[in-house]
Amino acid sequence: MKRISLVIGATLCALALVACGNKAAQPTTIKIGVFEPLTGANGAGGADEAEGVKLANALYPKVTVGGKEYQIELVVADNKSDKVEAANAATMLAQKAKVNAVIGSWGSSLSMSGGPIFAESKIPAVGASCTNPNVTKGNEFYFRVCFLDPFQGEVMATYAFSKVGAKKAAIIREVSNDYSVGLAKFFSDSFVKLTGDPKAIVAQSDYNTGDQDFNAQLTNIMKSKPDVIFAPGNFTESALIIKQARQLGIKTQFLGGDTWDENAFLQVGGKEVEGAVISTFFANDVPINKTSEIFLKEFRAKYNKEPAAVAALGFDAYLVILDAIKKADSTDPVKIRDMIAKTTNFEGAAGSITINADRNAVKDAVIKVVKDGKFQYLTTVKP
Amino acid sequence: MFFQHLANALSVGSLYALIAIGYTMVYGILRLINFAHGDVFMLGAYIAFYLVSAAVMPWWVAFIVAVGLTCLFGIGLEKVAYKPLRDSPRISIMISAIGASFLIESLATVLFDARPKAFAVPDLFSTVVNIHGVSIVSVSFFIPAVTFALLAVLLFIVHKTKVGMAMRAVSTDQDAARLMAIDPNKIVSFTFGIGSLLAGVGGIMWSLKYPQLLPLMGIMPGLKCFIAAVIGGIGSIGGAVLGGFLLGLIEIMVVAFLPDLTGYRDAFAFVLLIVVLLVKPTGLLGKNQGEKV
Repeated sequence: MKRISLVIGATLCALALVACGNKAAQPTTIKIGVFEPLTGANGAGGADEAEGVKLANALYPKVTVGGKEYQIELVVADNKSDKVEAANAATMLAQKAKVNAVIGSWGSSLSMSGGPIFAESKIPAVGASCTNPNVTKGNEFYFRVCFLDPFQGEVMATYAFSKVGAKKAAIIREVSNDYSVGLAKFFSDSFVKLTGDPKAIVAQSDYNTGDQDFNAQLTNIMKSKPDVIFAPGNFTESALIIKQARQLGIKTQFLGGDTWDENAFLQVGGKEVEGAVISTFFANDVPINKTSEIFLKEFRAKYNKEPAAVAALGFDAYLVILDAIKKADSTDPVKIRDMIAKTTNFEGAAGSITINADRNAVKDAVIKVVKDGKFQYLTTVKP
Repeated sequence: MFFQHLANALSVGSLYALIAIGYTMVYGILRLINFAHGDVFMLGAYIAFYLVSAAVMPWWVAFIVAVGLTCLFGIGLEKVAYKPLRDSPRISIMISAIGASFLIESLATVLFDARPKAFAVPDLFSTVVNIHGVSIVSVSFFIPAVTFALLAVLLFIVHKTKVGMAMRAVSTDQDAARLMAIDPNKIVSFTFGIGSLLAGVGGIMWSLKYPQLLPLMGIMPGLKCFIAAVIGGIGSIGGAVLGGFLLGLIEIMVVAFLPDLTGYRDAFAFVLLIVVLLVKPTGLLGKNQGEKV
């Protein structure tokens, strides 16, 4: 008994010493929070976006403010693809790590979970790929460097109507995901307007995050014989949906949004997702400007693989914050926020970024198709 | 159309039945709900994935080896997490099960990475068969066939062999069984082995049907199969199978005939559980275990 208490006592003392040692924080660092899902259903998307941020940090790790040189440190907070965990992660970044700015999150619902916390702590957050309008609406501290879903829905509806020649569409949406529900609605409104037929959406089916069996939903949709199926859910379920659709003998064209632009989608989908068309932010085979080329070259050198589109956006978000810090010449989060709001014609890897009064960026959309197991660039659509 | 739904319900039901058997057998012997069972199922899928990716043996050998390794893992899990608590209050061993479940999930997330992995489905299982206009993937035929084959073997073992008799004895009264020169430790290990073996097979077949592996993939199926086992009567193997098929059928039929409620599909499993517990708490095939004096 005595020996055990001695061991416990010694361990506690050692722990106390270690804890004391870590308290001395470096005064010359600026901390940027990386608010992403690294585990859970959206783990792949978040990890890809974080890679873009880390690349930017490796390329531009220092900034000079007020004549003093600061090291930019990334503080990674995994929101675990869960809305409750997102709030916890945001709180950790805002109150414990006391970051000066935040990048993230992949997944609009997760960004919306963290948004109020960042606003309350007056820390600016820059979303890289979250496209739902509600992320920045009403939140003075949330910005984004990507386009919005009303635009994206319109892009896909126009593609369906003009290029596929569809008159009837079916929608499968991930009902527990704000992004999916929002984008489905924007697509639906656009499509109805284009066809002039209020009944143009002939079937709509729902599923939950994490579901793996969609045969029942697909069988129901089959009955209405749509010309095109729009499935704006996350890549994890979408790949399975298309696979099961093909196995059921459904040959209809599938359309999706930016969440499909992931390697995991291609791997799980296999040969069944050939021909799927998506709208997204960036195409590796069509660099937009000089920054795109730098990004592509450095990413391929550092990670030895092709970047996901969201990595380019993560990269841009970091650069926008860096630029704002330089222009504000301050490490004060509120001053940084004010400068982010004034970003104009900033050359990012995924295109030119101008932050408008709604704290959103007006960007082009890129349409890609799955061909031979890879995403291939089709065309660019301007807003 | 209805036939399509039925075919689907049959294969989903068989998967649930297979995993539910593991829950029910362990409960019968130890009066323990092994919450880590869903994670053993997940490990079976991942071990098979890595063995197939390594490409050192034909896929069917890889599957058999994976099932064997899962079985050993289950036995190991029992020795580490449950055996030391055999004489403790039942709540302790249940908490240990929950802890084991979290541990396995977290280890899987760290070791296997949270990104979804694509299971390489052999062509034998992914051919689409067309019967009277109904398209069915070939794996949907294999799953019920394997389930029933394993079930037949299991029932033979339990009712016609000495080991099976020992299992039934230990599940009825552990101390009396000990007096009959049965070593409960060996029987418990054997039971866990069988349960984990079935979970391993379930994991592989699940991956053949839904070829996407995630470290947390065992949570929902584990929960639903636990419900299936309780609905059918916890402790009864026939009950577990019945519960599994019933649950699979209800899930698919809800989505088929009430398309507006597809978002609530998972909720129906839990609603069914509540209804069964209120009406017949011992489950559909459960026996009324009266107090033994």
